Amino acid sequence: MKQIITGKAYVLGDDIDTDQIIPAEHLVYSLSDPEEKKNYGKFALSGVPKIEAGLPEGNKLFVHEGKFESEYTIIIGGKNFGCGSSREHAPACLKIAGIQAVIAKSYARIFYRNSVDGGFFIPFETLDKLLNSIRTGDTLKIDLEAGTLTNNSSGQTLKLQPLGEVAEIVKAGNIFEYARKTGMI
Amino acid sequence: MGLTITEKILAAHAGKDKVTPGETIWVDVDVLMTHDVCGPGTISIFKEQFGKNAKVFDPEKVVIIPDHYIFTSDKHANRNIDILREFVSEQNLPFYYDVGTENYKGVCHIALAQEGHNRPGEVLFGTDSHTCTSGAFGMFSTGIGNTDAAFILGTGKLWVKVPETMQFEFTGKFPDYIMAKDIILQVIGDIGVDGATYRTMEWAGDAIMNFSMEERMTLCNMAIEAGGKNAVIEADEVTLKYVNKRTNKPYKTYNSDQDANYFFKKTYNASTMEPVVAKPHSPDNKALVRECSDIKIDRSYIGSCTGGKYNDFLAAANILYGKKVAVNTFIVPATTEVFKDLECKTLNGKTLLNIFKEAGCEIGDASCAACLGGPKDTFGRTHGTEVVVSTTNRNFPGRMGSKQSEVYLASPYTAAASALTGRITDPREMLN
Repeated sequence: MKQIITGKAYVLGDDIDTDQIIPAEHLVYSLSDPEEKKNYGKFALSGVPKIEAGLPEGNKLFVHEGKFESEYTIIIGGKNFGCGSSREHAPACLKIAGIQAVIAKSYARIFYRNSVDGGFFIPFETLDKLLNSIRTGDTLKIDLEAGTLTNNSSGQTLKLQPLGEVAEIVKAGNIFEYARKTGMI
Repeated sequence: MGLTITEKILAAHAGKDKVTPGETIWVDVDVLMTHDVCGPGTISIFKEQFGKNAKVFDPEKVVIIPDHYIFTSDKHANRNIDILREFVSEQNLPFYYDVGTENYKGVCHIALAQEGHNRPGEVLFGTDSHTCTSGAFGMFSTGIGNTDAAFILGTGKLWVKVPETMQFEFTGKFPDYIMAKDIILQVIGDIGVDGATYRTMEWAGDAIMNFSMEERMTLCNMAIEAGGKNAVIEADEVTLKYVNKRTNKPYKTYNSDQDANYFFKKTYNASTMEPVVAKPHSPDNKALVRECSDIKIDRSYIGSCTGGKYNDFLAAANILYGKKVAVNTFIVPATTEVFKDLECKTLNGKTLLNIFKEAGCEIGDASCAACLGGPKDTFGRTHGTEVVVSTTNRNFPGRMGSKQSEVYLASPYTAAASALTGRITDPREMLN
């Protein structure tokens, strides 16, 4: 597991649902075929209304036309990130697009579980919403060991919430590795 | 301190006498359900993790119900059905409801109930967020992703954080024009789309217990729209009558103790409830139907696990009988059993199907259809700026296809009344 994650932020609002993260018409692609699965990167966050895409300004493409990966590495969400469907294609498409971490005030629980159990990325939580302190394009640094988030663009550092009951699964990598480590399988 | 139904079921499946909210436990799974959208991904993770020749933990406990992208020419969607077929035959799974056969059912949550896979006291996981529907049978049921489903396929177990319980009690009697859909939209509007995040929504009260199993399923179906982990209604004679007709398997019923610990309790007076809608683009954007009478609609859509059961269509038929719709109206039965009911069951001497046809509705085959948009050629899918009144469960941007379309979630009564006038219409205008 990487101890330091750095990259550009892509900022979204509250209640980002899984239909915005990956619209249902794209759920037909294989998640195991390396070529076909690239489509999930291409269409990641394609359901977000334009004015809410990349806050505060909006109208910022997450993945550019003809590309399969995003220039952004860390997503900043508000409350209830990933609400709606149980589709694992949602955290998967973000990872395929190159996302290494999501930081939000809170998550819908199935999305949270899927992110952790599938080992796609760590869904970090913060006490307060970061919408007003981070702008799309800011360069961020997450220090896992210290449990901090630094905004290199503003110089601000803040504490991330402890991972709680999922910490051991995060450490192991995913639910299967955790189960192997603990002798369950 | 006593326990809630959910705590009792989870404790029994974790081999414990009691569990406490917040505690992480491993439970034994009674049923794992998957469908065509998440099945292929689940199967590929299962093979990657447990080996190419691995066998599922118990073929009798795996139920596969293709329902999402059925009547489409999309080659990837059709390829996904082939993956399910291959896996079913390789693993010799008895409960597979294949497309294009007599055995095809349609929407998984309703098919689970109709085929006897919902049994009180059991633990059911499904790769669909609306798996919480099954809680109507006094069982624990919730939605999971492909990875968790693959883990269950291999081990028959999954970790769960025991949820706190919120109880919603409705006392007295609902007015005749009120349906379960009005009640769940009312409650989601009251608590918000994350008002029950990772909690149980327990329904109680004499008004709730007077609901049919189908109406109870509607109530539990949309718990996820408030972020709920699961929904539950204790099993009673209505439940047992429904279940015993459909399965011979033994099961156990649980009730919440009088002194159980609740995170939240709210009591509503059933008789004061009014028809409500959820306006675009969120299920908690509640308004009274009578406050929306100036909103013009282009389409009415009656279908899905939420609003495509027999009782939903009976309600719609009551309103549409002998009249003509003013806008495109789509009728999509959740399952083939519901479709058969439309063909056979009558209201004032006419079959429901004929009532809808004579009213000018378009009838689709049983499946999830346009509830979640889907491939471009999906029946009832939006492609432009349509304003839709729909009996489905979500009105997120783009949910029914087009990002420009606007969806008002409503009861079948309201959807049918609105179909006749071309504007959002309180069913009381039609039922009197």
